[in-house]
Amino acid sequence: MRIGDAKTSYAADEALLQNSDQKLGLVVLLLVLALYPFVAGPYWVYLACLVAINVASATGLNILTGFTGLVSLGQAAFMGVGAYTVAWMQIHLGTPVAVNLIAGGLTAGVVGIAVGIPSLRVKGLYLAIATIAASVILHFVFQNWTSVTGGTTGLSMPAASVFGIELDRPEELYWLIVPVACLMVLGAANLFRTRIGRAFIAIRDRDISAEVLGIPLLRYKLISFGLSSFYAGVAGGLWAYFFRVVTPESFPLVMSIFFLAAIIVGGMGSILGGILGAVFMTLVPEVLKMAVGWLAPILPDAVAVLSPVRTIVFGALIVGFLIFEPQGLAEIWRRLRRFFHLWPFRT
Amino acid sequence: MDWLFFTEVSLAGLGGGGLYAVAGIAFVLIYKATRVVNLAIGELLMLGGYLFFGFAAGLALPHWAAILAALAVAGATGWVIERLLIRPMLGENPISVFMLTIGLGSILVGVVELIWGANPLRLPEFMPNAPLFIGEAYVSAKIATSFAVAVVVMAGFLLLFRFWRGGVALRATAADQAAAYSVGINVPRVFSLAWVIACVIAAGAGMLVGAIGGVSPTTGAFGLSVLVVVIVGGLDSVAGAVVAGILVGLIEAWAGAYLGGQYKPLATFSLLVVVLMIRPYGLFGTHEIERL
Repeated sequence: MRIGDAKTSYAADEALLQNSDQKLGLVVLLLVLALYPFVAGPYWVYLACLVAINVASATGLNILTGFTGLVSLGQAAFMGVGAYTVAWMQIHLGTPVAVNLIAGGLTAGVVGIAVGIPSLRVKGLYLAIATIAASVILHFVFQNWTSVTGGTTGLSMPAASVFGIELDRPEELYWLIVPVACLMVLGAANLFRTRIGRAFIAIRDRDISAEVLGIPLLRYKLISFGLSSFYAGVAGGLWAYFFRVVTPESFPLVMSIFFLAAIIVGGMGSILGGILGAVFMTLVPEVLKMAVGWLAPILPDAVAVLSPVRTIVFGALIVGFLIFEPQGLAEIWRRLRRFFHLWPFRT
Repeated sequence: MDWLFFTEVSLAGLGGGGLYAVAGIAFVLIYKATRVVNLAIGELLMLGGYLFFGFAAGLALPHWAAILAALAVAGATGWVIERLLIRPMLGENPISVFMLTIGLGSILVGVVELIWGANPLRLPEFMPNAPLFIGEAYVSAKIATSFAVAVVVMAGFLLLFRFWRGGVALRATAADQAAAYSVGINVPRVFSLAWVIACVIAAGAGMLVGAIGGVSPTTGAFGLSVLVVVIVGGLDSVAGAVVAGILVGLIEAWAGAYLGGQYKPLATFSLLVVVLMIRPYGLFGTHEIERL
């Protein structure tokens, strides 16, 4: 087993992939992702798309909450802004998918920056509550700006089409959603090798110290809000293409809590954590659903308890991880790797 | 302008505001004593309503016994929550604790749904129902009763805080934990006490809310308005919670009556945003100065 890397240059120290093992791992991962839709059944491809959308959005929230230390409960509302933008452009302008997604991201980014403006004066919990206010107000806009958002009935949009190919079923959308999500994760991973990303981390660790070090707080906090909302907006756009119906109820406050839970469970301030958390939190309800399927012959009312049990498990996961594993799944993963580094010898 | 209508709406708003104020006090109590921002406050209210339903309708206890039993169980729940969930998080980042209470809220909603189902329930009638007139203005008797109860609870609470030994210990702990320790106050016990009292108050408010509008697993959304109340009033100010509670109640009633029901959350949260922009620490909150 590899136990360390000898780095002989700063470039090597800063590289995204530190050694050949990681490069190999990445190639294997990409191969698996490319082969997955040919092997898995339709339902599993559907789930994979959902997971990819959630990974993209959770990564965005991780930039803001995990790396910049600004708690936001508005991620779902920003996704809504992106989804509505994409749906509206697809219906009324018929512009290409890539343009729509970027426009959705940019619109959400602008809204996110507007929401982030109080972040200089308002910190911590007050900010979290300000973002709840933003999501309530955005929900109101979705519901009542009927001429654009279609009111409570929402917008129904045609299927996406890329190069003349209709992307209608999950097996086709997979090729749109998963590459975009991968690109976004890659972008986030690279962000923290740049000045901007490092500034975010400095702000998270102590914002006053960061300001003393010459980081303009307002500008970087707003950049962080903008980037995170951009991610949410693009993820929301993908969501819109995936479900093809966007209504005000599609993006409730619970969904923002879901993303916050995903990065808590995964591990805040770690790109891997955001991914693991989003995958885990998306799949837990599915596992519960399967468990109910198995239990149905034994317990006749198993289906009825599914929804409350799901709510309890969701809360218990947040509570349990915060108390017992505050670093999240990413830390468990690191611990496993450390164990196998020297395996079969004990440290 | 129809003054009679305005008065009636304002009176209804005042009644709602009384409930907000009581729930806000429960929130502020926990925040002052333990520095925990309890986002599960709405769910604790909901729990109170359901407990009353369980005792009064499920076990068919007389109403006064059901109320007492529900308050007792709610207090016990507060104690358990503090010991099991909040105590291990002592000294952790406040944001982690804040998220923990979000998780707690989710657990409470799930448990309630598991026991009583997801459908809205009507609580057994335990408040007078005859219409009440103040001058010419009509007030629903339930709202008037709950306002009266709210006023009594607030007054009792202020007296307790001022004169009772435990209340003094609470205030001492809120002012300075280390100093409270050094004069012999059992600070962890004060934390438990704060949670127990807050849960009892919240459960009481929840019964009143449930008696007016029924209970359902979504009653916890009431907590969002309570959140507005405490932020507007200042997280650590009891007086702020009372003033802001009544303010929010009035604004919600006016927005609902003159603009339409869907404008209620918009109005309250706009108030929240305005207050945050002008006074980020609330109307009566302490402005904490941060040092490196």
